[in-house]
Amino acid sequence: MPQDITLKITDRNGQIHEVQAPTDMNMNIMEVVRMHELAAEGTIGICGGMAMCASCQCYILNEIEIPKKSDEEDAMLSEAFNVKENSRLGCQITITSAIDGLAIELAPED
Amino acid sequence: MIETDILIIGAGPTGLFAVFEAGLLKLKCHIIDALPQIGGQLSELYPKKPIYDIPGFPEVLAGDLVSNLMEQIKQFQPGFTLNETAETIDKLDDGTFIITTNKGTKHHAKAVAIAGGLGSFEPRKPLIENIEYYEDKGVEYFVKDPELFRNKKIVIAGGGDSALDWSIFLADVAAEVTLIHRRNEFRGALDSVEKLQECKKMGSVKLITPAEVTSLHGETHLNAISINKDGDVATIETDYFIPLFGLTPKLGAIANWGLEIEKNAIKVNNALDYQTNIDGIYAIGDVNTYPGKLKLILCGFHEATLMCQSVYQRINPGKKYVLKYTTVSGVDGFDGTRKEAEKAVIKAIE
Repeated sequence: MPQDITLKITDRNGQIHEVQAPTDMNMNIMEVVRMHELAAEGTIGICGGMAMCASCQCYILNEIEIPKKSDEEDAMLSEAFNVKENSRLGCQITITSAIDGLAIELAPED
Repeated sequence: MIETDILIIGAGPTGLFAVFEAGLLKLKCHIIDALPQIGGQLSELYPKKPIYDIPGFPEVLAGDLVSNLMEQIKQFQPGFTLNETAETIDKLDDGTFIITTNKGTKHHAKAVAIAGGLGSFEPRKPLIENIEYYEDKGVEYFVKDPELFRNKKIVIAGGGDSALDWSIFLADVAAEVTLIHRRNEFRGALDSVEKLQECKKMGSVKLITPAEVTSLHGETHLNAISINKDGDVATIETDYFIPLFGLTPKLGAIANWGLEIEKNAIKVNNALDYQTNIDGIYAIGDVNTYPGKLKLILCGFHEATLMCQSVYQRINPGKKYVLKYTTVSGVDGFDGTRKEAEKAVIKAIE
C-alpha cells in the first residue's frame, strides 16, 4: 500500500497547512492545494494543469530535490508575474515519495 | 434590440451545445462572449490539446471540438455578440430579461443561461506602477484595431503566441515595433518564431531580451517607457505600450446580478434544471456549483439539455411535451434544411 506524503503549504494569507497527499493517484501539487481548498476555487489551476497559465505558481521553501522544469514550464514562468528564483508551477510537480516533506508557498493571485 | 428565446452567456462548448438542444425544441438562441472568437477556454487556452473524455471521441483536439459543435448547431442559426461582456440584467414585468453589454448592445430574452466557465477572460496586467493611468492613453491590452498603430512607435511585451504574432503583423503597420521579453526564448508556434527571426534580421522588429518594462512616462499620453536590461535602465520613446501576458478569467459583472455565489461559482438547484435563485436565469457548465458538481465538458452538455427542457416549459406553460429522438424525427433547421435517417427500401425481390 503506497504511503501518503506530507507537504507543508503556506496559503496566500500566510497561513501554514501541513497536509497529506496520496502518491498513487497521479496527482500534482496544484491538485493537492485544490483538494484541501487552500486557495479559492477559480484562482488556481485555471488551465487545468497544462502549464498554460501561472495560477498555480508557488515558491519552493526547502532543499528537497524536485524534478527539473520542462521547457514549457520554464517558458510559462517567464511570462508570469511575481516570479522568483524558487518559483515553480505546482501543476508540474507530481506527488511522489521523493518529495515527502516539501514546503511551498503559494504565489499571490494576479 | 436583439430578440431571442434563450440568451446564452459564454460561447464555450456548453453554451454552443445548448443551441443544439434548444433548436430541437424550436427555441432560438443568441450568445454573448467577451472574446472575439467562439470556443471559450478551448479556443483561447488550449486549441491544440487533445481531449480524451468526450463520449464517442477517443481523442479530439479542443479546437476541432469547437469546430464540430459549430457545424452541429449552424442550422439553428445562433446569433453572436462577440468581444463584448454582459454587464447588466433587468427583469421585466412579463418575466423576460434585457441584458446589456459593456458596449451598450441590448438583448431581449425569455430566459438567460449563464455558461460562462470560469468567467470572462480579462488581460493579465503587468505589475507596473501607474499602468492603469495610461489605459486608453497609450497602454492597450488587446490589438482591437491595428489601424490605431499605423505609423506609430509601439512597444510590445510578452513571450507567447500573441506577442509574437502581433509583433510580426504590426511590423508592416507601425512606424517602429520593439518586442521586449524577460528571456531570450519565446514560446510559440515554430512558424511564428521563424517569422520573427526574419523580422529581426530585416530590422522591422527590434528585439530587446532579456529585459523588462519597469515604468511608464508621459503627461496626458504615454510617450516613453523605461526598461531594465541586465540591471541597466534605459528609456525608449514610444506612442503605445501593448503588454500581452495572456488572459485570466474573472466572474466580472455577473457577480453583481444578485445570484447566489459560492466558491466563485453560481449556485443552482441540481438534478432539476440548473436554475439559479433568480427565476428564469440558469447557470450551466463550469460556472455553476451544486452538490456533486464535476467541471467536465460532458457534464456541461447534460446540464445544457436539461436547461433547455426547463426553458421550453417556461415559455410554453402547460404544454405537454414528449421527448423525441433525432434518429426518429431528424433535425429541422431554422434555415430550412432537414437532416434525417435514410429510409429503408421496401421492395419485393423477384
